Amino acid sequence: MNAKLSKESILGLIAIGIFVGMSLFTPRFFSSSNLSNMMFQLPEFGLIALGMMVVIITGGIDLSITYIAAFSGVGAALMMTNGFGILPAIIVGILFALACGAFNGIVVSRIGVPPILVTLGTMVLFEGVILAITSGNAISGFPDAYSLIGNGYYMGIIPLSLLILLFFIILTGILLNKSTWGRRVYMYGSNDTATLFSGVKNSKVLMKVYLYASLLAAVSAIIMTSRYNSVKVDLGSSYLLQSVAAAVLGGTNIHGGYGKVMGTIYAVLIFQFIRNGLNLMGAHSSLVDVVIGAILIVVLTFNFFSDKFSRKKAENTPEKAA
Amino acid sequence: MSEYILEMEHISKTFPGVKALDNVELKVQKGEVHALIGENGAGKSTLIKVLAGIHGADEGGKYLFEGEKADIQEPMDATLKGMSIIYQDLSLFPNLSVAENIYIGRDSKKKPWTKINWKSMKKLANKALAELDMDIDLNKKVELLSIAQQQMIEIARALAFDSKLIVMDEPTSSLSSGEVEKLYNVIDKLKERGISVIFISHKLKELFRVSDRFTVLRDGQYVGTYDVNEIDEQGLIKKMVGREVVYETNKEKAETGEKLFEISSFSKEGNFKDIDLTLHRGEILAITGLVGSGRTELAQSIFGITKNVQGEMWLKGEELKISSSEDAVKKGIAYVPEARQTQGLVLEQSVINNMTLPIIDTLRNKLKLIDRNVEKNLTDQYIKSLDVRPAIPELTADKLSGGNQQKVVIGKWLSAQPKLLIIDEPTNGIDIGAKTEIHKLLRRMVNEGIGVIMISSELPEVLSVSDRILVMSRGRIAGEMNTVDADQEEIMKLALDNEGIESGNDTKTPNGTHHQEV
Repeated sequence: MNAKLSKESILGLIAIGIFVGMSLFTPRFFSSSNLSNMMFQLPEFGLIALGMMVVIITGGIDLSITYIAAFSGVGAALMMTNGFGILPAIIVGILFALACGAFNGIVVSRIGVPPILVTLGTMVLFEGVILAITSGNAISGFPDAYSLIGNGYYMGIIPLSLLILLFFIILTGILLNKSTWGRRVYMYGSNDTATLFSGVKNSKVLMKVYLYASLLAAVSAIIMTSRYNSVKVDLGSSYLLQSVAAAVLGGTNIHGGYGKVMGTIYAVLIFQFIRNGLNLMGAHSSLVDVVIGAILIVVLTFNFFSDKFSRKKAENTPEKAA
Repeated sequence: MSEYILEMEHISKTFPGVKALDNVELKVQKGEVHALIGENGAGKSTLIKVLAGIHGADEGGKYLFEGEKADIQEPMDATLKGMSIIYQDLSLFPNLSVAENIYIGRDSKKKPWTKINWKSMKKLANKALAELDMDIDLNKKVELLSIAQQQMIEIARALAFDSKLIVMDEPTSSLSSGEVEKLYNVIDKLKERGISVIFISHKLKELFRVSDRFTVLRDGQYVGTYDVNEIDEQGLIKKMVGREVVYETNKEKAETGEKLFEISSFSKEGNFKDIDLTLHRGEILAITGLVGSGRTELAQSIFGITKNVQGEMWLKGEELKISSSEDAVKKGIAYVPEARQTQGLVLEQSVINNMTLPIIDTLRNKLKLIDRNVEKNLTDQYIKSLDVRPAIPELTADKLSGGNQQKVVIGKWLSAQPKLLIIDEPTNGIDIGAKTEIHKLLRRMVNEGIGVIMISSELPEVLSVSDRILVMSRGRIAGEMNTVDADQEEIMKLALDNEGIESGNDTKTPNGTHHQEV
């Protein structure tokens, strides 16, 4: 890349630009109440987007991710409404999610069914199971202490949930860039045949990917249930396709092999700033969707052509030292 | 009118940083078969891409087609002018029928709602196939055809477009000897019709069989054009590499030690049966045979890719039970596959990531994270000892030439410090300089105590590199000999033995007799 900025840094600058622009031109955007508002909304979406990104790096997709979150939230909620403590409830919530992730992982990695089909199936499956458990009703009434996770502050200023997100941003970054699993995730995403021929156990790599995505979904679910003090079958479901959008806007290659934590996080921020800013301007929510959709198309088209251009440049260098 | 169908002169093509073509000339006469030759990276493909309109040449070149300035902006222009290019990996639509594939592209300048005239499509396809004496069901999907038949479809397509010039890029690389003969006949037929053919191949023997003239490129520069009568194989090689190269049969008897690796009654339904094989310390064992004789399947079974194999296997006295490639690597077996670009390397990823892929778990620091320094040093070390060029560990593997890519694959396995290396077609598509280096490397590994099994179809390579030869035929070992006593005819006979009992359609002969692959 030489002196050129990376894709991710450009996205970061765009996020800052939007933030500054919104602050200047939208009256209440830079108010403390609005900023704190955004900080509370960010983590739940950010976590789901990170989980989705990890799956997309392997060339897959997890369409069941928000239903895993809902399932996990229902698990935790049932524990609490039945008199169990917060910690056991959280553990059960996470276990519920991991069970879902394991199911996805087994079918994808062991049987070899394409992820989009598997998770489309499990999406409907998990939704059905949740509906059966909850009869479609919301479960609510959690201990006061639980609501601190999603609503509380650390040192009176930073939302706890934001710290949780920060923790998982760093963790995901370290796992992807520094762990051997992360290395294999990228290699698998680029060429799963070559990894097989290099002695990599592909199924193990994939299994952990779906487990990790479900873990992030569970953490997101805990934050959401805590913030709303209730859980229903559609918990976080609006984040499903948004998380795919954030991952690809963040530069993740939909065919696998490439994707950076910061790219996805910047994309999440961009979505957040635009949505929030337009809301404050009084724009109708459908207009917000139109704007975000348009941005997505413009950026992805731009990415497509810049990739094509750089690929062409690479192809055009056939004079390789032999 | 000029006697040349194609005149390209002073063609240069500069890419950022490199001059891929420097003042190159290519003149093709009407109705001749013109061979375009040179080592990998000599600029052949770039020249063809300029010809086809995929790349635009630099200003100042002359490019005439049928005596007129060829104004080719995009590939379709070239097709419409009467040039057809048949790429090595073919460019057919596998899910469309034979007739559709032959016809496709004809309507591209018409309005999109133009109705397809199925009748005239079939008539046209039929006519083209008839000219080639091909009897193929027009409605058959192309994916169901053999590679040779698919190639004929491409040629038929060129005829249907009234092509006056057909470029064939390594057309024989995946054909059996019978199919190759057929292709030669078709080329002769094209010649009779006054169609010119540009033939690109690494196989000198066949170039002398089919070509009238040769144009040689070296390092992006024009070396010369020669008539088939005025130059011989050695002379041509000299022109290509600028030096004389010979393969010599390995006449030294290797000092072999104890048994290193052994398999006994290895069988896999439909692939191979009752294979016994012993590898001693200090020898390179070659396995040769026709493509489809079960060599690659055998190697992939040893490496744990192919599952459900019967039989026993010992490495350094230890019996191995291998059920995955992961097991194989853990036990010290390495496999360099034939398909370098799809199986050997993760092309989009860096040299460093490729090099350390099998051993990444051993490069962890106390925190169980990848120790980048150790990784970098290790990669640098192998880049240096294997002379990978350019020596940039961060470069993605797709930017390297075939020879350097192969070195990375070998380096990847050297870093795993294997006890046994199985290398499948080690020098396929690699130019001669890198070839020799890889052969030397195999010898060095054997001397260091690594067991090396080399699978190769190239008899000169087998004879010059190995110490002992196993010939496989139809999934069995047809014969075994010491290289010192071996000769090509005998190997060919063994390889072809049992052949012809059943149809041997999907097989390919080893590139026989004393020719030099470059």
